[in-house]
Amino acid sequence: MSDFSVEQIKNLHKRFEQLSGNEETISRENLENIPALANNPIRRQIIGAFFDKRNQHQNEVGSFEEIGFEQFLMVMSHFRPPTLKTTEEERETMRKEKLRFLFNMHDTDNDGTITLEEYRKAVEELLSKSGAIGQEAAKAIADAAMLEVASTNVPHMAPDDFYEGITFEHFEQILKGLEMESRMHIRFLDVDTTTMHCGRSTS
Amino acid sequence: MPSRTCSHSPSGFGKSLPEQGLLLLVVLVLLEGSVLPLGAASSPDVSHQDDSHNHKVADHGVNATKKVFPVLDVDYHHIQTPFEISLWVLLASLMKLGFHLIPRLSSIVPESCLLIVVGLLVGGLIKLAGEQVPPVLDSRLFFLCLLPPIILDAGYFLPIRPFMENVGTILMFAVVGTVWNAFFVGGLLYAVCQIQPANPSSLHSIELLHCLLFGSIISAVDPVAVLAVFEEIHINELLHILVFGESLLNDAVTVVLYHLFVEYAGVGTVTVMDGFLGVISFLVVALGGVLVGAIYGILAAFTSRFTSHTRVIEPLFVFVYSYMAYLSAEMFHLSGIMALIACGAVMRPYVEANISHKSHTTIKYFLKMWSSVSETLIFIFLGVATVDGPHSWNWTFVTVTVILCLVARVIGVVGLTYIINKFRIVKLTTKDQFIVAYGGLRGAIAFSLGFLLDQNQFAHRKMFLTAIITVIFFTVFVQGMTIKPLVELLAVKKKQEAKRSINEEIHTQFLDHLLTGIEDICGHYGHHHWKDKLNRFNKKYVKKCLIAGERSKEPQLIAFYHKMEMKQAIELVESGGGVKLPSAVPSTVSMQNIQPKKPPPAKAAERALPQLPKGREEEIRKILRSNLQRTRQRLRSYNRHTLVADPYEDGFSDLLIKKQKMIELEKKIKEMNNYLTVPAAPPDSPTMCRARLASDPQAYSMKPVSDSVPVIQVDLASPQSPDSVNVMDEFRRANQEEDQGLMMKPPQGSSGSNKPGEADTTRDQQRLMRCLSDPGPSADEDEDEPFLP
Repeated sequence: MSDFSVEQIKNLHKRFEQLSGNEETISRENLENIPALANNPIRRQIIGAFFDKRNQHQNEVGSFEEIGFEQFLMVMSHFRPPTLKTTEEERETMRKEKLRFLFNMHDTDNDGTITLEEYRKAVEELLSKSGAIGQEAAKAIADAAMLEVASTNVPHMAPDDFYEGITFEHFEQILKGLEMESRMHIRFLDVDTTTMHCGRSTS
Repeated sequence: MPSRTCSHSPSGFGKSLPEQGLLLLVVLVLLEGSVLPLGAASSPDVSHQDDSHNHKVADHGVNATKKVFPVLDVDYHHIQTPFEISLWVLLASLMKLGFHLIPRLSSIVPESCLLIVVGLLVGGLIKLAGEQVPPVLDSRLFFLCLLPPIILDAGYFLPIRPFMENVGTILMFAVVGTVWNAFFVGGLLYAVCQIQPANPSSLHSIELLHCLLFGSIISAVDPVAVLAVFEEIHINELLHILVFGESLLNDAVTVVLYHLFVEYAGVGTVTVMDGFLGVISFLVVALGGVLVGAIYGILAAFTSRFTSHTRVIEPLFVFVYSYMAYLSAEMFHLSGIMALIACGAVMRPYVEANISHKSHTTIKYFLKMWSSVSETLIFIFLGVATVDGPHSWNWTFVTVTVILCLVARVIGVVGLTYIINKFRIVKLTTKDQFIVAYGGLRGAIAFSLGFLLDQNQFAHRKMFLTAIITVIFFTVFVQGMTIKPLVELLAVKKKQEAKRSINEEIHTQFLDHLLTGIEDICGHYGHHHWKDKLNRFNKKYVKKCLIAGERSKEPQLIAFYHKMEMKQAIELVESGGGVKLPSAVPSTVSMQNIQPKKPPPAKAAERALPQLPKGREEEIRKILRSNLQRTRQRLRSYNRHTLVADPYEDGFSDLLIKKQKMIELEKKIKEMNNYLTVPAAPPDSPTMCRARLASDPQAYSMKPVSDSVPVIQVDLASPQSPDSVNVMDEFRRANQEEDQGLMMKPPQGSSGSNKPGEADTTRDQQRLMRCLSDPGPSADEDEDEPFLP
């Protein structure tokens, strides 16, 4: 969290104030009112991630009703990119952190595994803007994906064994080709920006 | 980039084959050498012949001397040009063949080097025979015939995502880097020429503008050479796309600089105004080229929307529209290469959604074939032209050129990377910079541009050509040969060979949406935001126009999933449905391991409906498999205008409907299960062995019945009760009306209720079936909705 520059923190604070209507905390409604998010198929999960206690790295579970700027910043810190100075170890930690964030988004009941139901739900949400075709195929796709995870991680299962769900280790394994630490980032602004068109309904 | 080289033949062939190959090559080269001088006579000679022929005819009327009727006549000139062209192409292809028969050679020396050597040999042979070497690297031939296939192949298969992610970096290298190279080399060369020692060297007479022109010709990284070398070293995607993208995009810069300097070299001075116009010209050339390409691409996509009834000519549209884009751009002196790239990249997603699978394969293989032949020919011709070309060797000029090129490249790359890294998230390391600098190969484009220069206007043309050829040879031979060991030495990250999995695809999409969402929450319009906007625009308007039918609404994830299923099914069929596993990871995991177990029924005595015993399941699968194979063999021959409706092709809605029918059928079978009394055959029974063999198409002894799916001989399980035969009949009847498409996954018994003791009978085939990605419906009783309404 301390890896943000002063400029970046200032800008994020400005944005926080805009979203919260100059209050101390923001609630889910504040985020849901952002018009640009309306088109996003997974917006509920994204908003949920902000209020998820697991993403605050305090070993708590559950969710907040409202969050303050510190928690906001904590969630945002998951999206920092690696720099040239980041060592291999730090990259590993970063990758784990980001994968954990994604994992938490899928594992809604917080039992440490992504079950088939949860995965189906996730794929359904992803295809939710695609109409009827999306919904039918979603189940098949989720099943196929789950099968693939199971096949890769636990190749030899007896016919009567049951694969409980994707654990965090398995999740890491299947996504290791994507190099999360380089992909999952956004560009935080160093300079002041006045392009705050979003969230105009809240400000 | 998929490799265009064929795989090594097994070394177990013994030494005789490579030796024979070599012998054949030598013979052909000699033949070539002797025939070509015969044909070196160009058209004036032919017309001369015609005249004399006419004369003879005229004389004939006057003199009427009777000639013996020629039973056998040799008229070479009649077929001269096509014959020579074919001979060159044949030579090129045989060379390529030969290199790969010699096992160790192709791993040490890149193909391009070998081909240049062959060209040198051929040129040398022709010269030895005392004949004039044909002007093979004629600029028109090169730019209009040899270059377009290579560029189209590159553009059509350009990986869009990495290209777009790095487009800023690529443009910096292409534009700023090339301009820097041109001016650095040209300027310093002029300076070096001026400070020549006292003896009035011919170098003193070179003008600045001529040097700058030379600089601009020699500074462009060549896509053909880069492709040829980089394809064999398999470096990671980022570096590949950086160097390759640069080589493609610098064409616009080269075109502008070249024309600018050619124009003004005559006049002798360049003003600031001209420089300013040059910049404008660059923008016009680059953007104009892309625009022309995009227009033709959209036309091609739109045309492909209507080709569902004439599948045979689909590939033709792709090729012709692209070529016309190239020619149109060249007509306006815009960048033809950028037009071609834009055309290929724009049309591809839409065309691929519209055309049949076979057309897709055709396009792929034709492009690979043409570009491969083109590339081979280019390198051979380079060798021939070297032997032939007018040379004027000047030690100073040539060595200084080579050194300056290297130095300029290194400084350019390092300097630009320093600036670029300030804006990049994923920074370029020193290793990356080294590879980018080292990979700046020059090739035939530079030579052709030099060849185009007018001898009268540019007195030093010969020297220029010699220097260009030297630089090309240096980069291709020295850099080309050493880059592979250097890549190994520096442990540069290699290309990831693994196929893209469905999980990765799901999460890539998920990540896209997530990052767009976070950007929206942060409130700034980053590039995820714009990408998302573009995608939505594409989905809403463009796809509806350019993609036929239902596919226009198909989201990308589903398209990917269907493609993957298709591939797996085809692999399955091609492997003969035998023991070979289609998936990369052999595993025994199946859908039943994943489906949540049904809660055990309250009464222990009462079990859920007995599910299909494993043996029965197996037999049903075998039937499906064998039917599928039969269908393949049933494809009748086609006339030139239509193709028989391809069983794999009939659209996914058909596929889904079939799946639904299958599901209903399976439900019926389950109900009939109670009547089945046949025990499953034990693992080693002859029926099982025969069953396994039976999957092999050659071993099949069934005769296809003309119009219906062939009847399966009832040997599959030993004593058949009449009821079980009924089950089979059901299947047959169900399958008869349809050309059975892909293999559908037979019903999965819900876990846990399989009869014990039959667990391992047909493990192999089961493993096979379970690797199919389509899980089919779960057998839960409460799942009422059909798969497709």
